[in-house]
Amino acid sequence: MKLVIINYGSGNLHSVHKAFEAVNNNLENPYEIIVTNTPSEILNADKLVLPGVGAFQDCKNAIHKIGGLFESLEQVVIEEKKAFMGICVGMQLLAEKSLEFGECEGFGWIPGEVIKIEAPADYKIPHMGWNEVTFRNHELLNNISQNTDFYFVHSYYFRTQKNENCIATTKYPNPITAAVLKENIFGTQFHPEKSHNNGKQIITNFLEWEPS
Amino acid sequence: MLKKRIIPCLDVDRGRVVKGVNFVDLIDAGDPVEQAKIYNSEGADELCFLDITASSDDRETLFEVVKKTAENCFIPLTVGGGVRTIDDISRLLHHGADKVSINTAAVENIDLVAKAAKKYGSSTIVIAVDAKKNGDKSWNIFTHGGRKPTDIDALEYCIEVANLGAGEILLTSMDRDGTKIGFDNELLSTVSSSIDIPVIASGGVGNLEHFVEGVLKGGASALLAASIFHFGEYSIKDVKTYLAEQNIAVRI
Repeated sequence: MKLVIINYGSGNLHSVHKAFEAVNNNLENPYEIIVTNTPSEILNADKLVLPGVGAFQDCKNAIHKIGGLFESLEQVVIEEKKAFMGICVGMQLLAEKSLEFGECEGFGWIPGEVIKIEAPADYKIPHMGWNEVTFRNHELLNNISQNTDFYFVHSYYFRTQKNENCIATTKYPNPITAAVLKENIFGTQFHPEKSHNNGKQIITNFLEWEPS
Repeated sequence: MLKKRIIPCLDVDRGRVVKGVNFVDLIDAGDPVEQAKIYNSEGADELCFLDITASSDDRETLFEVVKKTAENCFIPLTVGGGVRTIDDISRLLHHGADKVSINTAAVENIDLVAKAAKKYGSSTIVIAVDAKKNGDKSWNIFTHGGRKPTDIDALEYCIEVANLGAGEILLTSMDRDGTKIGFDNELLSTVSSSIDIPVIASGGVGNLEHFVEGVLKGGASALLAASIFHFGEYSIKDVKTYLAEQNIAVRI
């Protein structure tokens, strides 16, 4: 089984790769982990991970600059329904559009838009640090307790159009989407690769996940 | 609720820890990776490496240290010291740093802040500010590891870098650094109340109450400490337990 981590120059690529490797090494049947941006390799993936930090538009442009990359993602995720996980901006890109630095179109895989966090004046933006997550029960959140802390760094968040696509939230002080799910497509606003043991558990759950 | 972060800081010289923790069971007390692992398992919310290597020829050792730490510690890692160019930032991130802290280079070339934030995202760019009191509610910044004075006002500078896209300010009081009499909470609250981005308190912490004051009086989002942890006076857990007892939200 092949797990592909998409390399389009994202700043957290290394951290994501190392965290997945650490978890994968403990699996009974480890994946072959490939870090690549080559469409032919992506087309052979059994699972895909899309990291992302920085500005939405910059990430989107970086993906589209690589010939055939987006098309191969669409083929594997939308047509073949292989398990996909987006992290931080890699999750926000799933939205229809983002309002960060003007309007920018996303992948449109999950209905909704990425908007600025609205918080009272004494709340710092970016929302940076460890915050509690509550969630709907799902195998992707196996062995995680309600109100577990995960590491967040962001100023915008994904407001999903449908409640059913938002499976986890945090509060700052208003509810913020912490994780999204639609069929085979999973995404976290927090950084599992930086959330210590609980983050590793999320990665384990994703590696063991077989979307129906 | 968002937790107040406790961040141990390690000074690294040519790949070795200076003033490290005296953990008895440590195989190699001078190895930053070993120390980072301990802080990681003790519940540190982030780690910070400050590279104080003088010669640029010796700086290569830092990259190896960052790489190994990132392979072992799955919490955010900030690396600073001698960061001067976009290329320096890129190399640190590529080796596994999650955030890069910039001090002198940002003062000398303020455009670097905007460029770095645009390229790597605000959340990746920490601006380290060394400030010294020069009058009533007034502080000036110093560069070159606190050796070189400037006539730049600390508050105005923090507001400017925040507007340019810095994700966080690491604010060190030079008056308090090494004194163990507590953070300069007046400096912290003056800056913190004037900018939207988080402020990390640094310099002067000597006991558990000082951490509490940094949050309640200084308005800090995170608290950085070095010697208090290194000399084993308090553990990360001691600090967090005490903060929790004072009803300050921490990750336990």
